[in-house]
Amino acid sequence: MGLRKVAVVGAGMTQFVRRAQETPRELVFKAVRAALDSCELSIKDIDAVCLGTAPDTFDGVHMNGEYLSDGAGAFGKPYIRSYVGGGTGVFVPIQGWYHVASGLFDLVLVVAEEKMSSYYPHAQGAFLTIFDHTTERPLKPNLLWIFALEMNRYMSTYGITKEEIAQVSVLHKRNAADHPAALLGDKNITVKDVLDSEVLAWPVQRLDVSPVSDGAVAIILASEHVARRITDKPIWIEGVGWSLDTAYWTNRDLAYPRYVEVAARMAYEMAGIKEPRKEIHIAEPYDPFDYKALHHIEGLQLADRGKAIELYLSGSARRDGNLPICPSGGLLGVGNPIAAAGLMKIAELFWQLRGEADKRQVAGSPQKGIAQAWGDLMQVGTVVIMGK
Amino acid sequence: MNQDVAIVGVGWEGFSPTSVDYSYKELIYLAANKAYHDANIDPRRDVESFISVAEDFFEGTSIFDEYTPDQLGAVLKPMHTITGEALHGLISAYLMIRSGLFNIVAVEAHSKASNIKSITEVTRYALDPIYQRPLNFHPEFVAGLEMQRFLYESKCSVADCSSIVQKNLHNALSNPSAAYAFELSEKELSEADFLAYPLLESHIAKPADGAIVIVLASAEVAKQITKQPIWIKGVGWCNDSYPLEYRAWDELRYVQKAAKMAYSQSHIANPIENIDFAEIDDIYAYREALTLVALGLADEATIRGLIREGCFYPEGKFPVNVSGGSLGVGNLFDANGAQKTVEAVLQLRGIAGARQLNNPRTALVQSWRGIPTTSTAVMVLSNEEK
Repeated sequence: MGLRKVAVVGAGMTQFVRRAQETPRELVFKAVRAALDSCELSIKDIDAVCLGTAPDTFDGVHMNGEYLSDGAGAFGKPYIRSYVGGGTGVFVPIQGWYHVASGLFDLVLVVAEEKMSSYYPHAQGAFLTIFDHTTERPLKPNLLWIFALEMNRYMSTYGITKEEIAQVSVLHKRNAADHPAALLGDKNITVKDVLDSEVLAWPVQRLDVSPVSDGAVAIILASEHVARRITDKPIWIEGVGWSLDTAYWTNRDLAYPRYVEVAARMAYEMAGIKEPRKEIHIAEPYDPFDYKALHHIEGLQLADRGKAIELYLSGSARRDGNLPICPSGGLLGVGNPIAAAGLMKIAELFWQLRGEADKRQVAGSPQKGIAQAWGDLMQVGTVVIMGK
Repeated sequence: MNQDVAIVGVGWEGFSPTSVDYSYKELIYLAANKAYHDANIDPRRDVESFISVAEDFFEGTSIFDEYTPDQLGAVLKPMHTITGEALHGLISAYLMIRSGLFNIVAVEAHSKASNIKSITEVTRYALDPIYQRPLNFHPEFVAGLEMQRFLYESKCSVADCSSIVQKNLHNALSNPSAAYAFELSEKELSEADFLAYPLLESHIAKPADGAIVIVLASAEVAKQITKQPIWIKGVGWCNDSYPLEYRAWDELRYVQKAAKMAYSQSHIANPIENIDFAEIDDIYAYREALTLVALGLADEATIRGLIREGCFYPEGKFPVNVSGGSLGVGNLFDANGAQKTVEAVLQLRGIAGARQLNNPRTALVQSWRGIPTTSTAVMVLSNEEK
């Protein structure tokens, strides 16, 4: 197809915390500053800005993209905000990709932010208004409740136990202990800790879920000739894919995320990947719940249906394993400021593929990584494949 | 390497002050059906990607993008939402096609403003929660401030702004889709109450419901599926200062920059000569005049004279908002840019009915996201490929 090559040349992020003192505009400013500093660029070098942030209700600001615009460095620049719910964090680099690939721009800043602590008393309240106003809202469902349904379905379809799924949470939170920006890293956490934690909506317990968090992440994308002037180690965006399933989630097969499969196949085709299990060396699947990481690994075709848990039980998912999964610590460990959490995964692949992940660096010399996010009513998959 | 892009199909449903017979999903479904028919395509087979333009607070639903795919035929397709103006959505589709990833992309924008209990309260939530909201001002006060400065700089009068309303309501009489078509005199319009001095209530576009779907295609595909592709010759978009306290009040720098970007791509050196007509922002009557200056179609010293000469009427030197604009068609909020694009497409195809201009070749479309934003987008369209 002859697509224009696009590289990631810089990345930066704020600390992920439970209750940031910064305003949302200050959070994005900090992330942008860190990303620009990482590749020694100034905001004047940037041609256009893409922003991702999930529901406006968290910040409590209508047209939140406009509110965040100057903090995100968009003053006097072309600026568009994109949005696919929880999948936004891995969609916004796709939006940045098409800005550069269009040939209109050479340097594009991609920013993602979420400040969930402003929502009082708890960010879960924002999710009460995501349901269909006629058929579902009168039943007063909340997110934990519907994901408990999905987790139950996944466990019963494939005969997977709570003890096995808890291994996911343990690995990710232990990995996060090495991430300097992490909110819930814990070197010593055990399966028993997860199983003893408070039940929220059976079978979901507190340590099966990622925390409510505040934070922002920014990356910088460049066209090929500009990327090579900025860095010796550009990391290329080799494949992008996204897919949105029907809004009628109650008719969906909850045991398998087909929308993730469709998105992954689109990205693999673009990247020329025929055998993902051999060609992908690092995976950052979306893990707001521990069972979701398993769900998504299967959707990404990195394991057979119901078999993703074996990667954890065999040790393959560890940083020194055959297919390191969420070496960053993922949403379960680093934190889940929704859109920022997705873009954090892209930043992690950037650092891992450049060999700059410090204590989190995976073994060997990884050549390709995949990041994925998920959102809406168990409905959208967004996928990016990156390579050296 | 990067392909040219054309608009190959348009469809709309509306526009009306209320739409009690249809939900927003039904409005979109009806508009989509017409657009796909116009482009002679099947969405499930031919459209490779979809974009919806929407804002959660207007919809009354958090994560509104959940509810966008079904009525467009977009299930399990690459679809995303742009929380911006419809022109931002069209520009995103344009960029995706230019990248080479897709050949056909459909863009949807809609307004179900009649469902919103208090638009003023929603707009208040767009103000900075720390520095502005505690002052508890009516958000349209911002438009009053801006209008005051414009009248001072341009020497225009409130009556001049009333004559812009008069023109657009009159134009709307020739547009069967317009919600607010009236023959009102400048005097009648100037007798309305002030909302935020010098802004009169009659100078503000009233909300309307409706949905619009626009199909874009790469040059190669466009030529295969339609005899009348409307080419996107240039696009531009820009944001300025979000805080009220830092922005320039005497000029629309973001419109100037966006226009410069679009003109440069479309090789337009002299907009008033190279462009035949414009569909531009007129949510507030004074904005039409202020925007014309920022677009380089007039200057501050001459705008008053041009308004008084009737330069911007359909039979004038440079027709502006022949459709009736947002004042005549109704304020569709983030869908305004789509309505203006549809008008440009109909005019350039020569099928605009009673309001058809004489053989136009190049059109300018511009929109703004409204109070309190400094977010705009511009597009240059032509019925000639080269």
